[in-house]
Amino acid sequence: MDIFTAIVQILDSTIRLSVPLLLACLAGLYSERAGVFDIGLEGKMLVGAFAGAAAASVLHSALLGLGTAILISVAFALIHGFASITHRGNQIVSGVAINFIAAGSTIMLGQHWFQQGGRTPALAPGERFEAITWPGVDAVRGVPIIGPIYSELISGHSILVYIAFLMVPFTWWVLFRTRFGLRLRAVGENPAAVDTAGISVAWLRYRALICTGILTGVAGAYLSMVQNGGFVKDMTAGKGYIALAALIFAKWKPVNAMFACLLFGFLDALSIRLQGTPLPVIGKVPVQFMQALPYVLTVILLAGFIGKAIPPRAGGVPYVKER
Amino acid sequence: MSTPYAKLPAWADYGLIPVINLFVAFVVAGFVVLLVGENPFRAAVILVEGAFGRGTGIAFTLFYATTFIFSGLSVAVAAHCGLFNIGGEGQGYIAGLGIGVVCLAFDSVLPWWLTFPLAIIASAAMGALWALIPAYLQAKRGSHIVITTIMFNFIAASVMVYALVGFLKPAISMAPQTRTFLDGAQLPKLNWVIELFGAKIRSAPLNVSFLLALVMAYLVWLLIWRTRLGYEMRTYGHSPKAARYAGISEIRIVIVAMMISGALAGMMALNPTMGDQHNVALDFVSGAGFVGIAVALMGRLHPVGIVLAAILFGMLYQGGAELAFEMPAISRDMIVIIQGLVILFAGALEHMFRPYIQALFASISPKAVGIEAVKGKGA
Amino acid sequence: MAQAAIELIGINKSFGAVRANRDINLEIVRGTIHGIVGENGAGKSTLMSILYGFYQADSGEIRVGGQPASIKTPNDAIALGIGMVHQHFMLVDNFSVLENVILGAESDALLKKSIAKARSELERLEREYGLEVDPDAIIEELPVGLQQRVEILKALYRGAEILILDEPTGVLTPAEADHLFRILKQLKEQGKTVVLITHKLREIMAITDTVSVMRQGTMVATRETKKTTVEELAELMVGRRVLLRVEKGEAEAGGVKLAVKNLTVKDSRGVTMVDDVSFDLRAGEIVGIAGVAGNGQSELLEAISGIRHAVSGSVMLDGKPIDLTGKADPGELRDRGLAHVPEDRHHVGLVLAFEENENSILGYHDDPRYLKGPLLDIDAIRNDAKDKITKYDIRPADCRLKTANFSGGNQQKIVLAREMEQDPGVLIVGQPTRGVDVGAIEFIHKRLIAMRDQGKAVLVVSVELDEIRSLSDRILVMFAGRIVGERGPEASEGELGLLMAGVEQREAAE
Repeated sequence: MDIFTAIVQILDSTIRLSVPLLLACLAGLYSERAGVFDIGLEGKMLVGAFAGAAAASVLHSALLGLGTAILISVAFALIHGFASITHRGNQIVSGVAINFIAAGSTIMLGQHWFQQGGRTPALAPGERFEAITWPGVDAVRGVPIIGPIYSELISGHSILVYIAFLMVPFTWWVLFRTRFGLRLRAVGENPAAVDTAGISVAWLRYRALICTGILTGVAGAYLSMVQNGGFVKDMTAGKGYIALAALIFAKWKPVNAMFACLLFGFLDALSIRLQGTPLPVIGKVPVQFMQALPYVLTVILLAGFIGKAIPPRAGGVPYVKER
Repeated sequence: MSTPYAKLPAWADYGLIPVINLFVAFVVAGFVVLLVGENPFRAAVILVEGAFGRGTGIAFTLFYATTFIFSGLSVAVAAHCGLFNIGGEGQGYIAGLGIGVVCLAFDSVLPWWLTFPLAIIASAAMGALWALIPAYLQAKRGSHIVITTIMFNFIAASVMVYALVGFLKPAISMAPQTRTFLDGAQLPKLNWVIELFGAKIRSAPLNVSFLLALVMAYLVWLLIWRTRLGYEMRTYGHSPKAARYAGISEIRIVIVAMMISGALAGMMALNPTMGDQHNVALDFVSGAGFVGIAVALMGRLHPVGIVLAAILFGMLYQGGAELAFEMPAISRDMIVIIQGLVILFAGALEHMFRPYIQALFASISPKAVGIEAVKGKGA
Repeated sequence: MAQAAIELIGINKSFGAVRANRDINLEIVRGTIHGIVGENGAGKSTLMSILYGFYQADSGEIRVGGQPASIKTPNDAIALGIGMVHQHFMLVDNFSVLENVILGAESDALLKKSIAKARSELERLEREYGLEVDPDAIIEELPVGLQQRVEILKALYRGAEILILDEPTGVLTPAEADHLFRILKQLKEQGKTVVLITHKLREIMAITDTVSVMRQGTMVATRETKKTTVEELAELMVGRRVLLRVEKGEAEAGGVKLAVKNLTVKDSRGVTMVDDVSFDLRAGEIVGIAGVAGNGQSELLEAISGIRHAVSGSVMLDGKPIDLTGKADPGELRDRGLAHVPEDRHHVGLVLAFEENENSILGYHDDPRYLKGPLLDIDAIRNDAKDKITKYDIRPADCRLKTANFSGGNQQKIVLAREMEQDPGVLIVGQPTRGVDVGAIEFIHKRLIAMRDQGKAVLVVSVELDEIRSLSDRILVMFAGRIVGERGPEASEGELGLLMAGVEQREAAE
């Protein structure tokens, strides 16, 4: 296999692996820009993945699965809102709680409903999102360079992949070109300014969390209905946390977020690719090292190369009217 | 207004409110039981009977509680310094490496009462080391400790798999675990204590590390409220600026607090390895590090509360095992849900019922709450 | 003829057991500037927040333009033509002026149209009222005076007919304040109604038509400004004659205790906050540093007390240098006899969640007196705290009470007791009486003078010019990070005011 093909393959799997990160990262962007830290991205993705696969297999519809994933994920986002906005609880504690409830309940309900050890039944073709083949793929396939790039990299992904990448400019547009975005950014910086301007801080933050819930729902659906064809317990495997790291790395900006997630996706793709393959100089690297690599690199990136990341100023602090 | 909530009597603050929060968490958990088609009341009875009904149950409950006391103390020490150590799981897991090396090296030559102190040191050192790096990165580079400690949980898991399928495993074995420790690394059981009260016990793993946990609870109390270091940690936890003003080094205090926290998390590995399985196996921590978060919040970061909350969670684990046996629809993942609900209601939603309770107290005796509110005025 | 813009009838508001407003009646005449004076905590801000819909009154009626009005949210107030300029600006620091102006008043779901509309509207307001400000400037890059102007523009953009300003001059130089007053007068000429909340009587006398006085949650009097005097208002405010000056004898200054030479401090963004400052502080004297808030006084204090990094210069304490790398150990400086009462007692000087006795050792917690082996000596700490409580008349006299439950004055006394009882050679005090009730102010001033008379060197930084003039033996004035002049205590307020505005420099050069 020549190097070019290998690169295209790695980039292709980079795209596939970065999609759930990207969706979760943008999800976190909405809530953190609004001043609500959300460590519960992981849990919301997990319930989204479970609800999506479960509904799709029962209702025999990928779209209904996606809808259910979003619905349940939003419900969990609202619990986070109830604790951290309405009752001004500690946002990190609330997020951790959501992750546990998600981890336990997906397995428990999965086992109760499907009796497959926490899995959902394997999804049939109509129950999952299929790859979309772009026009002219067959014609171009033979063309050197452009052919493989068009047919492998650009074409042949599920609709959710394209949605994820379209969400990047869309999020940028919402944030910087709409009234909602202006208010959302304002409430993450100085909620008192928003409050005195006659806008409800709580309702604005709830809406931000609903956006978060929708996106984590899609991220979860992608995991169970595109990447895997069914739900497996704990299938998020820390992606929610890596998405948070990517968000910090991206300094809370949508386009940066895309590059950060592509980077993490690339590392992931590389580590899968290199498992069992001897490397020049180093030789054969233990598989555990490659598995740990994305986490190690996350730590290194957070520690070293981001410069000063200034989070939204009101982030993590419940809003209390000053007296 | 600096205090958003007026003062309640201490017993209501530290007793009534946690109990109410816990009760609500269990009511919600009851609905989950209902959802999988079982009777929550019968489930509760099985759970409590399983945990406390027989001597063996009690011993198992205390065995689980031992681990949770360590992990709860670990979370609490960090929390008093304003840090959220969510890495107890990884710190406990990696400590298994230290314990494994010490036990494999000395179990044939030393008696348990000499191996045990060495293993305590090894586990604490490994746990502290695993907390040191995130602490250093937080203090020096501002990397968010919550995210780095989570990452270190994943890294610990990989390291342990590497060790357990590699050098810790006997060459002839296929199972990813160490060989069984000899007598020199097996901790004596404590079941006779319960038998003193007339209960009968068939092989339960309660062991001397329970006593170590109680000693640690006392030492943590001493550390937090009676030492200079604890005073400095609490100062930093409440107000980093005040700590700077008071001449407390941010870097030093963050690192020291996290290392103590990590050491406590590391010590939780003693109980399942030397106390029960007599080996170091894959995934032996099995979520106990995370239970510590719920235990610490439930116990309001006070060692006495933590011991009580740990026993409660020990009961859930032991009773939950019985429950999973009696009610097949309910798996042990129910515990994870309850854990999440306790963190939600006792942690994030801890103030939800407070206004109602305050109103109640105010209507019973206006003085009790009123006076404090007047004092709160000003500035 | 005089039509009421706003009438407040029987307003009551309680926070828990605290009655912030009791039976307030107030009538504000259209087209006038109406002042509301009172001490900190008299209930002025609460009353205005009720009028602005930020809080709900427990009982009472509000009439706007003669019509009963129900103001439940700031939106209702805005709709009724009421605008408010808050003491702490309600601006998003990293937004542009335009973005701040339209926030909450966007005409369209997309920003483009809203911004275009706001841009032309701002131009009109600029012409009409002389409110010049670059619409595309980022707030955090603007000086404070301009930020305040943006707040006023925000209110006018929303069509405010009645403008409430809460302590607007606290952060302004006298010159900026004068400019503000000109703007307010112009607003009045255009028929707008202005409500000015302040505790500074000079401003009231200078600009208002009518003045109302609040004390402890009640409205005690309303006067026509022309027919009242500063003395009468002051008496109404505090309920008794105020001792405006603390009695003190001549200073007997001794040797130099603290020598500051060419000190320069930059903030985290690299902006020079303290610029080449030099002065000496001698034993037995109080040196006051006057200046408008934000002119480098805070940074100066922090650098001298070793908790902020200085770029260059030196500070000698008793002839030996203080580490200015920002890594100094404040504990070591305390051992050398430097005590520091920080400006911000809520976050720096105290840990509000601690018991009183725990705060009374903050910074001195490694003193052997409070230690018993490796442990804290709880009995010694509590007894020591009890002694200080008696000596400084801290109330309630309960060393186990949470510090947050003490009033501002008593919290300040806890800090002062801790620092003064260490018998330091040099005492540095930032804002000694900010947010402190009148009784405690007198007490604190007397204590500071007693320290001086014992031969200690005292450095006081305050934004209250009266306080500086009353306490100091020498007055240094800071402006834009520099010391722009030194005067004796006899210097007039006007003279110091000009220095604080950075005016004197040029005149002196002529």
